[in-house]
Amino acid sequence: MTTSNQDGKFAIKSRGLHIYYGDFLAVKDINLEIPQNKITAIIGPSGCGKSTMLRAFNRMNELVPTAWAGGEVLYHGKNIYDPDVDPVEVRRRIGMVFQKPNPFPKSIFENVAWGAKINGFQGDLDQLVEQSLKDAALWNEVKDKLGQNGLSLSGGQQQRLCIARAIAVKPDLILMDEPASALDPIATLRIEELMQELAKNYTIVVVTHNMQQAARVSDFTAFFNLGENRAGILEEYGPTDIIFTNPKKQKTEDYITGRFG
Amino acid sequence: MSTISPRESLDRQTQELLDEILVLSSMVEEITLNAVSALNNQNTSEARKIYHSDKLINHKRFEIEKTSLTLIATQQPMARDLRIIASALEIATELERMGDYAKGIARICVMIKWSPTPAVMADLVLMSELATDMLHRAMGAFVNADAEMARKIPGDDDKVDVLYNQINQTIFAELNANPSLMDQTNLLIWAAHNLERMADRVTNICERAVYVATGEMKELDGSDDEQELNFE
Repeated sequence: MTTSNQDGKFAIKSRGLHIYYGDFLAVKDINLEIPQNKITAIIGPSGCGKSTMLRAFNRMNELVPTAWAGGEVLYHGKNIYDPDVDPVEVRRRIGMVFQKPNPFPKSIFENVAWGAKINGFQGDLDQLVEQSLKDAALWNEVKDKLGQNGLSLSGGQQQRLCIARAIAVKPDLILMDEPASALDPIATLRIEELMQELAKNYTIVVVTHNMQQAARVSDFTAFFNLGENRAGILEEYGPTDIIFTNPKKQKTEDYITGRFG
Repeated sequence: MSTISPRESLDRQTQELLDEILVLSSMVEEITLNAVSALNNQNTSEARKIYHSDKLINHKRFEIEKTSLTLIATQQPMARDLRIIASALEIATELERMGDYAKGIARICVMIKWSPTPAVMADLVLMSELATDMLHRAMGAFVNADAEMARKIPGDDDKVDVLYNQINQTIFAELNANPSLMDQTNLLIWAAHNLERMADRVTNICERAVYVATGEMKELDGSDDEQELNFE
């Protein structure tokens, strides 16, 4: 995989992307360009392929045995689905944070250091852990208990620990699949603040069911919808302020105003 | 199977908001026509009543503002819903200011203690009828989200401006002939000015109607980009 960014201002983009689970077409012909150092939200009704699309950006769908992809996902000008691309390397560069915080049953330090260690990190591990926890806005809360089990933290802290773990391996992109849906409103706002801080250095793609959250945090919004035979399609994509005040398509309007279906 | 819309409550409350804003605009139309009529008939007791009835308009404006803010806080409206409610807030302010103009005319009626010439009064009455008619149509365009209709209304402001200039010329001629009428003629010019401003504010309402219908936020009178300032 080359490191030169041939895609200009876009961190990653899909071209004619189809994802299948066996015979079932989950998302159809998706052309989506994700701008660099911006937050892009993916919204849409249940089953429209939001999470499938998100996972397509780092080949995470391949962990589902029947899943396969057609079309391209271009990252630094290279199709990440080409046979010569190592999916592990893709996932190192394109990290993921899940809906439910999933720290390892290890110390806070080990949670953050884990990715760097298995990638053969040769630098100062203490410094890396500290900086990652600072970037994840968690350092002040855990600096005196780095040896404590990650599972002992609150839900919001666990999610920020997972974000620290994701950024410790220095990814270009962070994919977030409903990162705040299991958190209370205050912890949710902290995650949203953190996302905006992280967007200074990273590109973020977030799937969310919470439209207010998409409106609050994102720069761009992609509205996915159910198309023919329940295949997910990209209905409308644009700047978040336009999507939420003056969408171009009636189906987008119906969805974001709560009149869908 | 239920046929209830998931946003039935928002739809009902938005309709109530639109009904209330139509009530407010009707109050403004009525107070404006009555104020000019009182001035025409030198009916100072009626003018005093009109002057105080402006409080009702202010009260209604606050009610609309409160309802709009509550809807935003509790229903998190988006897209067209949001445009309607945001525009209602803006229009309520415009209407309240129009009420102030009518109140000002009622005050002038009490203060002027002079019978203007019938020609001037006829023009003032005509101005008030034109301005309130423009307002009536603009509110129709707003509640029906009729962008085409809204775009046509501001052009009628020219007719109001013609009358305003005509009134000014007549009054200045009277003042030249009788300089002791300085205070009275000044008040009358203010009455005409208030009606002229009212028609201008109708254009702002038309802009909101277009915004609700299309999402486009644009000046309709073209004053910013078409006319050049010339101070010479």
